[in-house]
Amino acid sequence: MAETVTDPELPMLTLADLGVLRDVRDEDGTVVVEITPTYSGCPAMGVMRADLVHALHRAGFADVDVRTVLSPAWSTDWISPAGRRKLAAGGIAPPGDAPVRRTGPVPLQLGPSRRTATCPQCGSADTEEISEFSGTACKAMRRCRVCLEPFEHLKEI
Amino acid sequence: MHEETVYEALDHAHGGEGQWAFGTGFDEPLAGVDTTVPEGIDPADLGAYCLMLGDDALVLCQRLTQWVTNAPELEEEVALANCGLDLLGQARLLLARAGSVGVLGRSRERATASIPDEDALAYFRDPDEFRHSGLVEAPNGDFGQTVVRLLAASAWRLALLNRLRESRDPVLAAIAAKGVPELTYHRDHAARWVLRLGDGTPESHRRTQAGVDAVWPLLADLFTATDVETRLTAAGVAVDPAELTDEVRDVLTLVLERATLTVPEWPTPQPSRGRAGEHSAEFTALLTELQSTAREHPAATW
Repeated sequence: MAETVTDPELPMLTLADLGVLRDVRDEDGTVVVEITPTYSGCPAMGVMRADLVHALHRAGFADVDVRTVLSPAWSTDWISPAGRRKLAAGGIAPPGDAPVRRTGPVPLQLGPSRRTATCPQCGSADTEEISEFSGTACKAMRRCRVCLEPFEHLKEI
Repeated sequence: MHEETVYEALDHAHGGEGQWAFGTGFDEPLAGVDTTVPEGIDPADLGAYCLMLGDDALVLCQRLTQWVTNAPELEEEVALANCGLDLLGQARLLLARAGSVGVLGRSRERATASIPDEDALAYFRDPDEFRHSGLVEAPNGDFGQTVVRLLAASAWRLALLNRLRESRDPVLAAIAAKGVPELTYHRDHAARWVLRLGDGTPESHRRTQAGVDAVWPLLADLFTATDVETRLTAAGVAVDPAELTDEVRDVLTLVLERATLTVPEWPTPQPSRGRAGEHSAEFTALLTELQSTAREHPAATW
């Protein structure tokens, strides 16, 4: 049941598709659900929590405890293959591989972003980034050079 | 699976009781997280350290959001607000961590019981109880000065949080690990603006250089440990900010040189006045605005 709850801001995806739903288990009659925020400031966490509690109550589970887990930090690599297909079908380019975490200082990236994305409208790979920040913290804005449509890209973290 | 509106969903989850109107009562950021303090760590020091780092994020967030409706282009307005939102999230987690170890000061007496710790700390402390650095509270200046400050503040914070991933406090370590990829975006974004403006027109160069000259003296108080930081560094919880000096200076120097800007002499490190609660009149004005509605209508619900 918890797996059917969708993301408030990406309603084509379930929380399970997004990798935000980390665990659901029974602890002495209480349904314990673990979720993890995408970004520290993700304003949708409260709604996710409320939607999960409500869905499980409606399914007949009276005792529900939704817990936050912060570690390990969420990564776009946790988005499922089905989630990536649903994002593209919904007009949002799915993320590529998350940057590999190395030890030592985080390298500075002064050039234009090396990220690439395929246009979700026409399928062309010839796209450019307009801005690294978009309507939600997790997305960037891009434009297709072939069909000229702007689109959003879930950026890799 | 949604209620008709977000508000109905939240209201339902809280048994139809009203929500604390100006903060975040329906969504405690550490709900369900094990907040036990590991043995050998002084909770008062840990809380004071989290306040320091949380206040840095909260105050810089407030400064960045002052650009909303004022930025030179719409995309930039969205970008600065997004950076602010990430910082607000980090602030909420850190203030909640401070509250979880009982570091609330007089804010708890001023706020009513229904107001969560993080909000009591944000809305019901007076200016001299804030512990952020002078760098983040300084007024924005023009856009050139704003991106120079964002570059410096995010370079410092990224270098710090990257090390705090190894903190002996698992909650602080987890908050730091979440912040690292966010700050990487902020720092790179600010660095590209400094490049574009510094190596742009004579006017953009002149104004960005003026921004550098205004921001540089504020770096002086970022690299001297307070007593709390010294004790917590010895306990494996914090990082001595002096350790960040080379990395931050190298990053800033690289960006400025590539941007054809003159790198001022590195300021002599000095103890931070901001970390001791001494702040400018501009900060009082900023805080008054941030807190005005919450203080005028204490414990209001919607």
